[in-house]
Amino acid sequence: MIEIKKLTKSFGKLKALNNVNLNLAQGECIALIGPNGCGKTTLIKSILGMVLPENGDIIFNGKNIKNDNLYRNEIGYMPQIGRYPENMTIGQIINMIQGIRNQQRDLDVELYNSFGIAKMLDKKMHALSGGTTQKVSATLAFMFPSKVLILDEPTAGLDPIASEILKDKIIEARKKGILVLITSHLLSELENIASQIIFMEDGNLILHKNVEELKSDTGQSSIAKSIIHILKNKVA
Amino acid sequence: MGRFYIAIAVVFIATFLSEKTLANIIIAEAGNSGKTIANAIQSAQNGDTVLIKSGIYKEQSLKLKKSITLLGENLPVIDGENKYENLTVEHDSVIIKGIKFINSGSSNFNDIAALTIQNSKHLLIEDCQFENNFFGILSMNCGYITYNNNKLSSGGIKGKPLANGIHCWKSNHLTITNNTIKGHRDGIYLEFTTQSKFENNRSIKNSRYGMHFMFSHDNFYQHNEFIANGAGVAVMYSKRVEMRYNLFADSWGSAAYGVLLKEINDSKIIGNEFRGNTISIFADGANRIEIYNNLFLKGGWALKVNASCADMQVNGNNFIGNTFDIATNGGLKMKSMNANYWDKYEGYDLNKDKVGDVPFHPLSLFSVIVEKNPPAMLLYRSFMVSLLDKSERVLPSITPDNIVDNHPQMRPYVYDRN
Amino acid sequence: MIRVLKYVAIDILKNKIVIAYTIILALFSWSVFSLEDNAAKGILSLLNVILLTVPLVSILFSTIYIYNSNEFIELLVSHPVKRNKIWTALFTGLSLSMVAAYIIGAGIPLLIFADFNIAILMITAGSLLSVIFVAVAFLCSIITRDKAKGIGLSIMLWLYFALLFDGLVLFLFFQFADYPIEKIVVALSALSPIDLFRILVLLKLDVSAMMGFTGAVFQDIFGSTWGLVFSFTLLALWVAIPFLISLRMFNRKDL
Repeated sequence: MIEIKKLTKSFGKLKALNNVNLNLAQGECIALIGPNGCGKTTLIKSILGMVLPENGDIIFNGKNIKNDNLYRNEIGYMPQIGRYPENMTIGQIINMIQGIRNQQRDLDVELYNSFGIAKMLDKKMHALSGGTTQKVSATLAFMFPSKVLILDEPTAGLDPIASEILKDKIIEARKKGILVLITSHLLSELENIASQIIFMEDGNLILHKNVEELKSDTGQSSIAKSIIHILKNKVA
Repeated sequence: MGRFYIAIAVVFIATFLSEKTLANIIIAEAGNSGKTIANAIQSAQNGDTVLIKSGIYKEQSLKLKKSITLLGENLPVIDGENKYENLTVEHDSVIIKGIKFINSGSSNFNDIAALTIQNSKHLLIEDCQFENNFFGILSMNCGYITYNNNKLSSGGIKGKPLANGIHCWKSNHLTITNNTIKGHRDGIYLEFTTQSKFENNRSIKNSRYGMHFMFSHDNFYQHNEFIANGAGVAVMYSKRVEMRYNLFADSWGSAAYGVLLKEINDSKIIGNEFRGNTISIFADGANRIEIYNNLFLKGGWALKVNASCADMQVNGNNFIGNTFDIATNGGLKMKSMNANYWDKYEGYDLNKDKVGDVPFHPLSLFSVIVEKNPPAMLLYRSFMVSLLDKSERVLPSITPDNIVDNHPQMRPYVYDRN
Repeated sequence: MIRVLKYVAIDILKNKIVIAYTIILALFSWSVFSLEDNAAKGILSLLNVILLTVPLVSILFSTIYIYNSNEFIELLVSHPVKRNKIWTALFTGLSLSMVAAYIIGAGIPLLIFADFNIAILMITAGSLLSVIFVAVAFLCSIITRDKAKGIGLSIMLWLYFALLFDGLVLFLFFQFADYPIEKIVVALSALSPIDLFRILVLLKLDVSAMMGFTGAVFQDIFGSTWGLVFSFTLLALWVAIPFLISLRMFNRKDL
């Protein structure tokens, strides 16, 4: 589905992505993990075309994304920290995105309903708590039919109930055959969701494996433990 | 009342009888080869009247050396065919009335005029018209001539050079009234002409000056109108000139002015209206000029006075809507500048005596800059210039502080020009 | 683009600053024309104010607005919208609102009180001036990510065009007073859109007669029909160049 070839990007002296090659297949739920500043968000933003890499190509569904924007029709994106025009209301934001995508039908309003967005439509964005903003982001990410979902720290700031709702939604999406790309610091959260793991450090790709393979390789029972195992071994 | 009418009737009959008995009337008819104007003049005696019937007369260059009256009936036309001097008069006490002079010759070397008067006195030229001539009326070495109610216009023939409308050289005691001069080079030109009076003339759209003085002293002109002449009115090298209640308007163009004063002494400019001139009064080497009660309206510069001028008095004038009220090229000293109305004055009048409580400095910093460096005019109305001017008004440092009106008026004067 | 433009335009038109700007311009224009008995003088007073406020408001408001639109831009970029279109829509929206404010505020009184030709000239040139400074604002705000620096830069540029440039020209006049620099200075003044606008209007107001030789040179170059076309082309370049540079930079910017 998404093929990344020799992707390189640096900000000043900092190498955020160093010659990264990846192949992300349809129907997988891929967890993108690594310490802070390892290049996860840069990778995501590169796929979205928000960050323009110096080198390398990203092939989306067989097409290079360079100078293309229509491929983003196939992507639902939930940013790490949703930043929205401050004096717009939630309702206006949702309307605007629908307008810009030119799509008012076939919308997935499950999250919209279960998060109770309808009650808050008149609230201005700058008056929202971080959690509510995340709810809006999640609602928007899932609202449009897409082939790829990119979720950057989706559960950060969400209350446990909302968090569970979102997790269920992710699992459901994966079952529909959507490629889910998800980053999280909380490895335990990924436990029942992820089918593949990508681990990055300092802009380098360390590993990209199926969860089952990872577990059996390391002989651990959970993703969290497997990663810790790998890190310990590396240090040793 | 009745007695008055009888008296008039008596005078009328008396004059009629005397003409009948003493003077003959000789008739000139167009198209009648026996009755040309030349024949009529030839057969006339001093005191006779030549009555010219209406029609077109082409008699080349006519000469008149007798004391007679040339009277036109229904405006007969004397045509110079663009070759000749229509009429030359050289005798005292001639009256010319109601004749139209057209198409005089022109020359680059000689002063060819439709009507030339030379070495004569006591003439009256009245109700005549002049069209498309080189010079209109040329008087040389004359005195006591009256030009009244004539109309002169030129410029109708393409390629024909222009000369002056009424040209006076070395003459004195002229009375030039109620004439209209259009489209000549200079409307009225005076050289070495003294003690003359100019009233109610209109000089319009002449290519150079509406009126041009050279070395002409003791002249008085009032209630004239000078409108849209190429460079305005020039008064040069003269003394004791008085200009009252004239209108100088619309001399707009680079190097155009309402009045140019060059080397003028002891003159008065009183009660005139200057409207829409690039420079209303430009003075160079002018001494002891009194500028009183004039209205300076919507000009570029109201007064442009070079430092070569001395003892000028500028009192009781209105300065309204001018870009610059005053400009000078250096350390100008005025004898007085007092009680004028300046529309740029922003002072106050606490004691309500209609005189501003703080003095007004009419010389703006920008006008000083432009005077030193004319291209800087390109910055006119730019924010920086306004800022410079404002700061200079608050804290004068560069502009001379001797150009000041200590009694600026709060309201403009209302003048009566009659 | 139209879809994006719709949201931008709605947002700007609701902005209180734009409304206040329109009202202030209108108040000033109406009072100038009703206080001055002479329309030409009213135009000159209005010209002074326009030359000062139009560039300042256009550049400052636009710069701040673009920085405040960062979230909006980020939000849109993750959706299937071309970057070109986002930037152009923002530019069009800001330009349209500045031009609308100018035409409603100053244009209507001009049409009512001033000579028709001059009114048209001032409306077109003033609108272009608004758009020029919007374009310059786009350049300022793309050059630096820091909002404070960007606003500082835009104020500096405004100050330069409104004040320092003229100071420089005056300085040149005095430094080279002995040389025939008229043509050079005339060419130079075309480098400042504010000056070009000011002189174009002055020439139409007949002040050219007072400008002596320099005015004649200027009249020669800019006064004719072709000159007018040339001047407006220059003004249009002032729009196109800063905006296209900013667009290029925006297309390469990481968000």
